[in-house]
Amino acid sequence: MTREIAVVAFAQTDHRRTSDELSEVEMLMPVLHAVLDQTGLKTADIGFTCSGSSDYLAGRAFSFTLALDGVGAWPPISESHVEMDGAWALYEAWTKLLTGDADTALVYSYGKSSPGSVRDVLTRQLDPYYVAPLWPDSVALAALQAQALIDAGDTDEPALAAVAARSRTDATTNSHAQLRGSVPQGDYLVRPLRTGDCPPIGDGAAAVILAAGERARDLCERPAWIRGIDHRIEAHGLGVRDLTDSPSTRLAAERAGAFERPVDTAELHAPFTSQEVVLRKALRLDDSVRVNPSGGALAANPVMAAGLLRIGEAAARIHRGESDRALAHATSGPCLQQNLVAVLEGDPR
Amino acid sequence: MPQVLKAPLAVEFPFTRSLGPVQSAFLTGLRERVLLGVKTVDGRVLVPPVEYDPVTADEIRDLVEVAGTGTVTTWAWNHEPRRGQPLDTPFAWVLVRLDGADTALLHALDVPGPDAVRTGMRVRVRWAEERTGAITDIACFEPYDGEPEQPAGHSGEFEDAITGIVAAARLDYTYSPGRAQSAYIHALSDRRMVGERCPSCRKVYVPPRGACPTCGVATSEQVEVGPRGTVTTFCIVNIKAKNLDIEVPYVYAHIALDGADLALHARIGGIPYDQVRMGLRVEPVWTDGSRFPDHYRPTGEVDAEYDTYKELL
Ligand SMILES: [Zn+2]
Repeated sequence: MTREIAVVAFAQTDHRRTSDELSEVEMLMPVLHAVLDQTGLKTADIGFTCSGSSDYLAGRAFSFTLALDGVGAWPPISESHVEMDGAWALYEAWTKLLTGDADTALVYSYGKSSPGSVRDVLTRQLDPYYVAPLWPDSVALAALQAQALIDAGDTDEPALAAVAARSRTDATTNSHAQLRGSVPQGDYLVRPLRTGDCPPIGDGAAAVILAAGERARDLCERPAWIRGIDHRIEAHGLGVRDLTDSPSTRLAAERAGAFERPVDTAELHAPFTSQEVVLRKALRLDDSVRVNPSGGALAANPVMAAGLLRIGEAAARIHRGESDRALAHATSGPCLQQNLVAVLEGDPR
Repeated sequence: MPQVLKAPLAVEFPFTRSLGPVQSAFLTGLRERVLLGVKTVDGRVLVPPVEYDPVTADEIRDLVEVAGTGTVTTWAWNHEPRRGQPLDTPFAWVLVRLDGADTALLHALDVPGPDAVRTGMRVRVRWAEERTGAITDIACFEPYDGEPEQPAGHSGEFEDAITGIVAAARLDYTYSPGRAQSAYIHALSDRRMVGERCPSCRKVYVPPRGACPTCGVATSEQVEVGPRGTVTTFCIVNIKAKNLDIEVPYVYAHIALDGADLALHARIGGIPYDQVRMGLRVEPVWTDGSRFPDHYRPTGEVDAEYDTYKELL
């Protein structure tokens, strides 16, 4: 790798159960303006723009092109979109900066789950021949994984409840979070998962700016350098995988250099408590690592933005001097099917 | 702020999907109450079978019949079945490894309650009465305490093998158009056209979407435009649309309302289709009870000069 690339700015909306007074672009614009303001950049100064979203969430065809209105995309800008979490948009932007074609990139993502039923919407990403016709919702699939972990002796219901409680307690210091403080563990939603084991459903958006080399130092006092980033996927058949493990996370982490030196912080995209158990194992995180100080996806889970939020939160801690080396993880698909790992570092203080 | 507008929106379509040879054999097999797996390069048997080896990506075609009995490898209790799911009474989601297979199949298990399920329990397929060649030909699984069934060694060749499936999908939403479009729609109910002006470049957008696509800033200043406007460009429609009671040919046009910097589009009526022209001056025609103009008709004014609308084409 010949070019150093860093996250130099991060912004997010407040994540709320509904935002029906706002269209996607109306929800998104304030965070776009916030990251531009942090760096003093204007749209015209940005070399590459990449976004992540899914039209299925709100049932609005081509909503991602309408969202571009908020960027100011005329005269035409260099731009791309992924129908994935914004963490993968960031990955595309990172590769674009590596090529030297651009020195700065704006990455954003948004999700409005409130207009639809996200548990059902997410069934449409499944194998259309053998799985989608059964409409297994996202909580049901996570529950199958949780039971496999319990059967394997990797966790139990009290341990899962402790993950939920720790996450929402940590979120009390995160004003953007949707679920904060004392949240009852509740009844079973799909056993063994209780409502407390599941993420809140809500709307939100996030944006970051990437910059290369000296440009990053100009734009940010303490850039969060991306030392490595990689993403890997597993077989799509749920019954082919060992649901208690995440070899794709482990491989992505290896390729991102996560195991070369310990990290002090990890922002994990684990929408369900049981998935944090899998990720901690795959990433070999011990108790010395601060996991999800933001509260993680259990505190705010705007689908399509929750992974980018992990990278943004990890970078923001480096910006503020609260972390020197952080791991950020994003996931996509059922039961942690696809995983992205980034390692971020600040300059020595 | 006016009240937030909401309306139900159903997105529904049948996905027509073609099948590869392995998928075709598996789904045709279900129709015939035969369960097939496929052998991977390293000799494992995958059920449900796939076209390519998940590890090596080799094309795999070696079909093997497996039993209709098997073992639960994990489960989850679904006390509140949702639309489209295999059973409408509470059931367990299960991954089942059929006897003779090395991987597990996702389906439903029909048992009275969560205390009747455990990992490792033995189950067998309950076939649907009517089978078409789909994963739903397995109605569900049921508890089973007999001997493993012995597969008959089916070749995987069938008469009338299916080559595709039609998978219906429906998602229901509550649509809300957001701040700017809500204001536009509210004004329409008073038969007024209200756009929004960009604070930076001063352009007026109708209908407004809340942001200026050139400047990337929020629009908020409301500006009443029209009702008259100019046809900037048009086309002649010769295809009759389904469920639309309009005689063809008719004209569909871009119309720049007076005071707007963006053309909207609408049908032109009240004039023979072959007399519509660029620059034609038009006005909206409202019908009783309608929430937007039914069409636009000529005002009788002199045509607009090309220079007055050339930026709005
Ligand atoms: Zn403007």
